[in-house]
Amino acid sequence: MSSIKIELRQEDLNKIHEICDSFNNEPLELINVLHRTQEHFGYLPAEVQEAIADKLNISTAQVYGVVTFYSFFTMTPKGKHPISICMGTACYVRGAEKVLDEFKKELALQVGQTTPDGKFSLSSLRCVGACGLAPVVLVGDKTYGRVAPDDVKAILKEYE
Amino acid sequence: MHLLVCGGTGCRAAESSLILESLKRELEEKGLGNEVQVIMTGCFGFCEKGPVVKVMPDNTFYVQVKPEDAAVIVAEHVIKGRPVQRLLYVDPKSKEHVPDSKHMGFYRKQIRIALRNCGFINPENIDEYIAREGYAALGKCISELTPADVIDSIKKSGLRGRGGAGFPTGLKWEIASKNKADQKYVVCNADEGDPGAFMDRSVLEGDPHSILEAMAICGYAIGASKGLIYIRAEYPLAIQRLKIALGQAREYGLLGKNIFGSDFSFDIELRYGAGAFVCGEETALIHSMEGMRGEPTNKPPFPAESGFLGKPSNVNNVETFASVPVIISKGWEWFSSIGTEKSKGTKVFALAGKINNVGLIEVPMGTTLREIIFEIGGGIKNGKKFKAVQTGGPSGGCLTEKHLDTPIDFDNLVAAGSMMGSGGMIVMDEDDCMVSIAKFFLEFTVEESCGKCAPCRIGNKRLHELLTHITKGNGTMADLDRLKNMCNVIKDTSLCGLGQTSPNPVLSTLNNFMDEYVAHVTEKRCPAGSCRELMKYSIIVDKCVGCTACARGCPVNAISGERKGPHFIDQEKCIKCGACFEKCKFGAVLIN
Ligand SMILES: Cc1cc2nc3c(=O)[nH]c(=O)nc-3n(C[C@H](O)[C@H](O)[C@H](O)COP(=O)(O)O)c2cc1C
Ligand code: SF4
Ligand code: SF4
Ligand code: FES
Ligand code: FES
Repeated sequence: MSSIKIELRQEDLNKIHEICDSFNNEPLELINVLHRTQEHFGYLPAEVQEAIADKLNISTAQVYGVVTFYSFFTMTPKGKHPISICMGTACYVRGAEKVLDEFKKELALQVGQTTPDGKFSLSSLRCVGACGLAPVVLVGDKTYGRVAPDDVKAILKEYE
Repeated sequence: MHLLVCGGTGCRAAESSLILESLKRELEEKGLGNEVQVIMTGCFGFCEKGPVVKVMPDNTFYVQVKPEDAAVIVAEHVIKGRPVQRLLYVDPKSKEHVPDSKHMGFYRKQIRIALRNCGFINPENIDEYIAREGYAALGKCISELTPADVIDSIKKSGLRGRGGAGFPTGLKWEIASKNKADQKYVVCNADEGDPGAFMDRSVLEGDPHSILEAMAICGYAIGASKGLIYIRAEYPLAIQRLKIALGQAREYGLLGKNIFGSDFSFDIELRYGAGAFVCGEETALIHSMEGMRGEPTNKPPFPAESGFLGKPSNVNNVETFASVPVIISKGWEWFSSIGTEKSKGTKVFALAGKINNVGLIEVPMGTTLREIIFEIGGGIKNGKKFKAVQTGGPSGGCLTEKHLDTPIDFDNLVAAGSMMGSGGMIVMDEDDCMVSIAKFFLEFTVEESCGKCAPCRIGNKRLHELLTHITKGNGTMADLDRLKNMCNVIKDTSLCGLGQTSPNPVLSTLNNFMDEYVAHVTEKRCPAGSCRELMKYSIIVDKCVGCTACARGCPVNAISGERKGPHFIDQEKCIKCGACFEKCKFGAVLIN
């Protein structure tokens, strides 16, 4: 399923079991289990999904089906500084696409990718509710408003 | 005296929490820590000029406040009673400082029902909600009204669902109440998927108790003891405030067993979305709450018959619920006196795009676009010309100049070729290309289609391809016909509301801006000058001094010319990157 192969350690496995147990191993709670697991590991690699499927006694295909359906779940680790560009309508009409292009160019990344050194990853999202500040860029928890393509270099510099 | 600091998403992004800390520190230093309260509230609506600080009870409205302004606010306003002039909002027309929010053009035409408490109370303190008659409506229902009375009031109020379709809420409740079952559910749809709308989020962040109260009222009316709020994981602040509110309501005995000592019991759980627009559709939402892929299923059966775990479930939108408690406490007569004949009450809109006052507004149904855009919204940014406004998000359409005086309500919007949707209102000016806007929405749909049915999965992809083709200058007139036909097929044959409405942005721009489409395909020209591939770069011979800056900057060597002589662009080679335009210091590079 994913290109990344990882070896689950016993403590990882224990953590997964603990999360599943906290939801009574109830398959109805799969999405909640995945949220908590992703919070812990940062992403949901195939091996983690298999462990969850085992514990909840459902097929791996069902878990995989859910993980791939929802864009919030990811099978690749995010960068140390995840960059998200708002592509909601308000940001779009105020020039978000040009800002995104600039990030792509500066980082030589496509949306959904992470830099080889694991430092930055690039994603787009829809309306973060700060349309008054459009176009909006998030780096980790920090919000940048009224971002122009010319500001991109300076923003990246803050994380060097 | 109270100081209210906006804790809405926009203002928090502009670090309003630092302002809160500074104000507290200043007051502490002046020994006023106990006398003057500093409260973080939900969004005031005027996000454009955030961060906002309001001084109560005089309603003084400070805009674009910085943490270092805390000192002067405390020293001048709090201690000496003199408002700080330079922080007041300046009316763009009269150029005068506006003393309080009541006199601001932005608020004058608004009536706040769903947003009644947003920006007034501390959303993390149940006592403030109760002080503004909170939970009184629930008390009235349980002690004075029968479930049938409650349903009757909601029906008579004329309240219609704010989640998009405008279904009469009272009727929905009545259907759910008549379906017999051992367990029923009240579901609040807080998935807010329209990518340019944030009203549900603001209500949840600014007034979470109003939703809990309304859900309990609904539970009482339809005979349900369990409520579920399906909320997007992308709204961490709203989730946090809901959790706090739930804890407080249980502690006060307003949720849980035997509420107000009656035999009515009701409690609420949170369920999290995970980033799929289609999960806002009620059947998909229910599947998602059951831990599955959020794919819609055919209706009937409607959730009111067979919903969560196969039990009757009543699904309503956040804003719909937010209106319920006031209808009960002020009476249906009051609510139905506001609005138009078939759309009662108010509607919240997220006003955004090329407009001066971006923010959240609530106006009576029947307000015209002109009032919203030019009075409340303060007109178009940078003095540009109004072109269109998109309502209804990816399911809606655009309205143009000729619709400016149409009273806005559910039915008029549909008649004008758009729809209410959740209330996103994106204003566009002369620089926006309508073909690109249609393409933007299709891009969204393609990404969000769940893939269950072919017309939506494949058809929308084809639509998007055709639109891309046109914006690159490769379209033909025949493509425009193909576009229209495909739209109609997708609308007629898709399974759920997503596919059934996804062609709307295309159809409505075709209807209103055919000339723009035609210019793209016949003249290979983008009238708004926004489609990059259709731009043509050339050098004005008279202005070119032959500095060679452009030729050196061109990545594909498309520019030729002697030093000190005029330069030329080989159109065949040009990839329209715009580098020459940026490099030329003499304004000799022309774009059209
Ligand atoms: C594709 C699609 C997305 C929807 N998204 C939302 C949404 O984000 N929020 C919402 O309340 N309703 C949404 N709806 C409407 C719901 O299906 C449902 O009609 C609504 O929640 C009912 O509540 P109301 O009667 O109070 O409006 C969506 C519908 C469709 C077809
Ligand atoms: S119309 Fe689109 S979103 Fe709806 S069921 Fe079909 S494929 Fe899924
Ligand atoms: S737009 Fe780019 S490719 Fe075209 S002439 Fe100018 S620099 Fe060269
Ligand atoms: S569209 Fe970007 S914040 Fe709303
Ligand atoms: S977020 Fe502060 S006014 Fe809207």
